[in-house]
Amino acid sequence: MLAFLVQRISQAVLVMFVISVIAFAIQDGLGDPLQEMVGMSVSMEEREAIREELGLNDSMVVQYLRFAGNAVQGDLGNSYFYGKPTLEVIFEHLPATLELVIGASLIIMLLSVPIGVYAAIRPQALLAKFFMGVSTVGISIPVFLTAIVLIQIYSIGVTVEWFPVDTGWGQWLNGALSTDGGMPSYGRGDDLTHLFGTWHSGFFSEIGLMHLVLPCVSLASIMLPLFIRLIRAEMMEVLQSDYIRYARAKGLSAVRINFLHALKNTMLPVITVGGVQVGVMVAYTILTETVFQWPGVGLMFLEAITRSDIPLIVAYLMVVGLIFVITNTLVDLVYGLVNPTVKLTGKKA
Amino acid sequence: MTTATLSRWNRFRESFLWYSFKRDKVAIASFIVLLLMVFAAIFAPLFAPTDPYDLAQIDIMNSELPPVGMPGADPAFPLGTDAQGRDMLSTILYGTRVSLLIGFGAVVLQAALGILFGLLAGYLGGRVDSILMRIADVQLSFSTLMVAIIVGAVFKASFGNLMFGEIAIYMLIFIIGIAEWPQIARTVRASVLAEKKKEYVDAAKVMGFRTNRIMFRHILPNTLSPIFVIATVQIANAIISEAALSFLGLGMPETQPSLGSLIKSGFDYIQSGSWWITLIPGLVLVVLVLVINLLGDWLRDVMNPRLYKG
Repeated sequence: MLAFLVQRISQAVLVMFVISVIAFAIQDGLGDPLQEMVGMSVSMEEREAIREELGLNDSMVVQYLRFAGNAVQGDLGNSYFYGKPTLEVIFEHLPATLELVIGASLIIMLLSVPIGVYAAIRPQALLAKFFMGVSTVGISIPVFLTAIVLIQIYSIGVTVEWFPVDTGWGQWLNGALSTDGGMPSYGRGDDLTHLFGTWHSGFFSEIGLMHLVLPCVSLASIMLPLFIRLIRAEMMEVLQSDYIRYARAKGLSAVRINFLHALKNTMLPVITVGGVQVGVMVAYTILTETVFQWPGVGLMFLEAITRSDIPLIVAYLMVVGLIFVITNTLVDLVYGLVNPTVKLTGKKA
Repeated sequence: MTTATLSRWNRFRESFLWYSFKRDKVAIASFIVLLLMVFAAIFAPLFAPTDPYDLAQIDIMNSELPPVGMPGADPAFPLGTDAQGRDMLSTILYGTRVSLLIGFGAVVLQAALGILFGLLAGYLGGRVDSILMRIADVQLSFSTLMVAIIVGAVFKASFGNLMFGEIAIYMLIFIIGIAEWPQIARTVRASVLAEKKKEYVDAAKVMGFRTNRIMFRHILPNTLSPIFVIATVQIANAIISEAALSFLGLGMPETQPSLGSLIKSGFDYIQSGSWWITLIPGLVLVVLVLVINLLGDWLRDVMNPRLYKG
């Protein structure tokens, strides 16, 4: 176990090193900081002096070591646009993204487990086939499109006039297909509760929750089909194993077999995949936040790109990289703990 | 020559692939829809009423006209017009063309990289294998879309908007190809590991063939069916990635729109009630990706290669 632990952690450190090298290369490769600091009239000698003073004439290795040393101490430079330390800017925006991810994860967990289990227990049922069909279509719809459709239906509203208005059923159908709209579709609302530090939460007020609904549903919509399919596939595999057959032979109730014995072994791979999907989720938050103008780190990153705010881009990469590395390492460690068949060399059996 | 093609055609007609295709209504329908869309996209200049790249054919007075069937529609523009007065039908046809081109190009690039690295990792094993697969693991844990966004952002920042717009098609093929090669590499590696143990490989080794020859001439042809399956799904993924990048402003410029940039440019007008500018290209995108995914599902069921879960 110790060898496994050491191996995983050293791998995490190695990955973090590679990320920092890439981030450093971006910082170094994009533009000359001197050009942004001094005017045209500054002579070559003065430029050279400033260059020397800033350490830009040092070798790449020395410059990288300085960069990495500062990064470890939590100093990733100042944002050009905000004029503040980049980490401070990121921590101001992080809670919004975290709440988005929490809300979406809740929706995913509450829906994917029952639907996936149901589809596995009754694969031939009409409803199960319907769910699987919907999830196939769902995988093909990009997250930003789901978000736009949700805005059109629930925020702007849809008026349907396809059916004759002079008949009762026509009016009823038109009314049933039309929506009022009115759901907030931009930002987080103005009623946020201050929790601690930079965390202002939208979970504790009606306005805040209303603002969370559409972004969270959009973000959940893209991952939900994946999880339903995964849970169904794993559960069907487990249901065919010997111990389930023995449990049936023993005469245990179907509920006990399905939800106590089978579900337990189904969730193990699901949790690992779920942990890895955090990385995918971060990419989708960028898209979701763009559509809903959600003031999280994703939108901040995209704005930093359009503003060429290189220190902020670099800091975002480092922070997101760190989050990925930590979650992946934790997932691996947890998996190694609960599943003894994992070889200690780290290759999954 | 004629007999060879004839017998190949007969062989195809008697194959299990054709047999199961004939019996699968979903696969047939998807294939027909895909064929129609590809056909319409390739011959877009013939079908499109106007040329959206030609500024002389655009009149700003025609902007934001609704599709036929809604009040205020102009029959000259069956799907309405966008905010610049471009005919939606024409922009969508040209946009599908760009999206398909990028999707296909990106898959060719990632297949080339994936096959090369997958073969090397699987056949050579040892240190080459662990280094290549470690890189693939790390890249996959960051998710392909995230890698594509980051690479796109860096390119855009270093090339500048104008320059990036001009070479956007090549950039996007490159970005998506680089971001997604691990998927194919893993599949190739898995089947190479299975093939490597077979007798024909031993025989080839005993006959003294060079490693390159064994890898590319002997093992590669036997791993083609899983590559084919995953490449199909990857085209759909690449089209979605392209749309996502374009939607974020890291992809095709508005002057040469793909489906993704059409959705993006329409999104600015959705609050003013012009839903068709964004939702019609969106629908086309979903149908395109859906039929490719359905075909991929069918292919996987038929060929049943050992693909990676999830």
